[in-house]
Amino acid sequence: MKQKRVVMGVIGVDAHVVGNKLMENALRQSGFKVTNIGNFVIQQDFIKAAIETNAEAILVGTLCGHGELDCQGFREACIEAGRGDIHMVVGGNLVVGKQDFRGVEERFMDMGFNRVYPPGVSPSRVIEDLKTDLGVSQE
Amino acid sequence: MSKDVEYGLFADFGSTFTKVVLLDLDTLTVVGRTQRPSTVETDITLALRAAMEDIRQILGGQVEYRYNLATSSAAGGLKMAAIGLVPELTAEAAKRAALGAGAKITGVYAYQLTRKELEEIEGGGLDLVLLAGGTDGGEQETIISNAEKLARLGGLRAPIIVAGNRTASDQVSAVLASGGKEHVITDNVMPEIEILEVDKVRDIIRDLFIKRIIEAKGLKNAEEFIDEILMPTPTAVIAAAKLLAEGADGEEGLGELAILDIGGATTDIHSVAKGDPTEPGLVKKGLPEPYVKRTVEGDLGMRYNASTIVKVAGEAFFRESIDSLGLDLHRAVSRFARNPESLPESEADEGLDLALARAATRVAMDRHAGRIETTYGPNGPVYIQYGKDLRGLKTVIGAGGPLIFGPAPDVILRETLFSDANPFSLRPRNPTFYLDGKYILYAVGLLSEKEPVKALKLGKKYLKRLNSS
Ligand code: B12
Repeated sequence: MKQKRVVMGVIGVDAHVVGNKLMENALRQSGFKVTNIGNFVIQQDFIKAAIETNAEAILVGTLCGHGELDCQGFREACIEAGRGDIHMVVGGNLVVGKQDFRGVEERFMDMGFNRVYPPGVSPSRVIEDLKTDLGVSQE
Repeated sequence: MSKDVEYGLFADFGSTFTKVVLLDLDTLTVVGRTQRPSTVETDITLALRAAMEDIRQILGGQVEYRYNLATSSAAGGLKMAAIGLVPELTAEAAKRAALGAGAKITGVYAYQLTRKELEEIEGGGLDLVLLAGGTDGGEQETIISNAEKLARLGGLRAPIIVAGNRTASDQVSAVLASGGKEHVITDNVMPEIEILEVDKVRDIIRDLFIKRIIEAKGLKNAEEFIDEILMPTPTAVIAAAKLLAEGADGEEGLGELAILDIGGATTDIHSVAKGDPTEPGLVKKGLPEPYVKRTVEGDLGMRYNASTIVKVAGEAFFRESIDSLGLDLHRAVSRFARNPESLPESEADEGLDLALARAATRVAMDRHAGRIETTYGPNGPVYIQYGKDLRGLKTVIGAGGPLIFGPAPDVILRETLFSDANPFSLRPRNPTFYLDGKYILYAVGLLSEKEPVKALKLGKKYLKRLNSS
């Protein structure tokens, strides 16, 4: 299989990196070519990295509750940059406090994300979905 | 003159002057120096021979030279274009690689080359083209299509160095070959995001300079009188900077440092420094900085861009510094620009020259040094560092005409300093200033290839200390 390439990072002014590292390791072990641009990352940096690496997916982590604001216009920016087709995933603590996840999911889907995960999601679930979405044959 | 002494003759073919310095390699002293107006247009050896004759006069006879080496920035320097994919990523990496190899960058290009850009490249009189784009295994369409476009440029004779996505290199090579383009394939300048690999490219540029460019520029006949033109002048300064910082074989260096070099056409800054944050709580972001970093400000030349300097630094600064001189600022500045070889003729000219040098230095250091940007998070402000933190630097060296020949090098050098008025610009706080008063940094760089310890001792001996701090 040709390695699938993903760009990941934690968006915005967000100091939480543990989940990001965890997810990176899990993705690498599952055979993905991972470009992890770390935290304090803005949309444009995700997109630039995705262009250079020709990534198939962008994985956005957002932990401290600013996700909705930080992610606004992300899909549109990808479209502008010529990568409107890229698969986009978001996870972490997307919003502040305990809100009904269905509503949260819907709002992020409306923003153009293809997969939206609730807090504490297991990396294996994210990876299974990613393999399906990117057409990685399971063996 | 003594027959037992070992001498080294070091020449620099500059765009305006051909300089020669003769060193006594036993006592490590400068025996003689001279310069003659360069004769690139006619026969480069005319100026060289005249300068060598000057040296013979100084010595009172003919001697053997242990080394007889030269650098060159004549005939436009080593002109290169840097091509990449994303401006802040592979295009920037390509630019840094070329600058670090002593090149003079004529243009930096990103994404698909446009027709206008191709015309620029074709008509730019380039010596080399550096073609990058895509991380290894990453995007490859752009570099292949740019290679196709370059391959079709009939007027492009310069060798092309390909340092992009490794996966694309076979195809890029085939495409360039089909267009009859001389090219070299090497490692990617940016194999992965945030990883910069410039060493291979730098070595190849150096190699092509010696093998191809010297001849192409009509400098080859100098080798009748000189053993070898080893490198572009800026490369020798970079080598000297590195040697002076790091030391050699038990001879201690000066530690991390910066060199400010003000010239008629550009203002350059070299730093040999890691640039890691010097205070806790700073988060480092952006493309990693090369440990030996060279920036070249093509809009801050003391002569060619005198009026740009005024524009960039602001008229207010100039009014303040030269008001008392009774000069018509704009007229004086355009007079300088029209006569790039002119030296200050009056006290007023000198005052203007000093103001120009100060302004150029301030802006050039602002661009070279890193900066802090503040963003606000849920916990208040977060400080992010881009570029190098040079606040802890202990040594700043001045080079170039306005510093060497001007009346107040220390005043100019002070413009490199950290300022409370602009605390987010990470400039040196409290360095010791030195001056390359004898214009020998290039010779130190050349000699460092042969005898690093002697080169280092010589450099340290002739750097003139300007302040104590
Ligand atoms: C450790 C911690 C910190 C540390 C972080 C250290 C570091 N370098 O990472 C420090 C002390 C710096 C910190 C600071 C703050 N924190 Co804090 N922090 C935590 C804590 C206790 C644990 C986080 C952690 O590492 N978990 C372990 C990892 C493995 O889990 P995870 O991050 O959730 O990741 C998992 C999933 O979410 C998912 N995932 C993560 N990333 C991604 C990305 C994608 C694409 C996908 C699909 C999935 C995914 O996969 C992981 C595995 O299951 C949590 C509470 C908690 N128990 O979760 C609060 C918590 C995250 N912090 C919180 C807050 C509010 C803050 C502060 C604003 C607090 C403050 N006022 O001081 C600051 C933020 C500063 C800033 N600018 O970012 C809140 C967030 C509230 C919200 N969103 O509703 C939490 C939830 C605490 C709470 N209950 O209030 N914090």
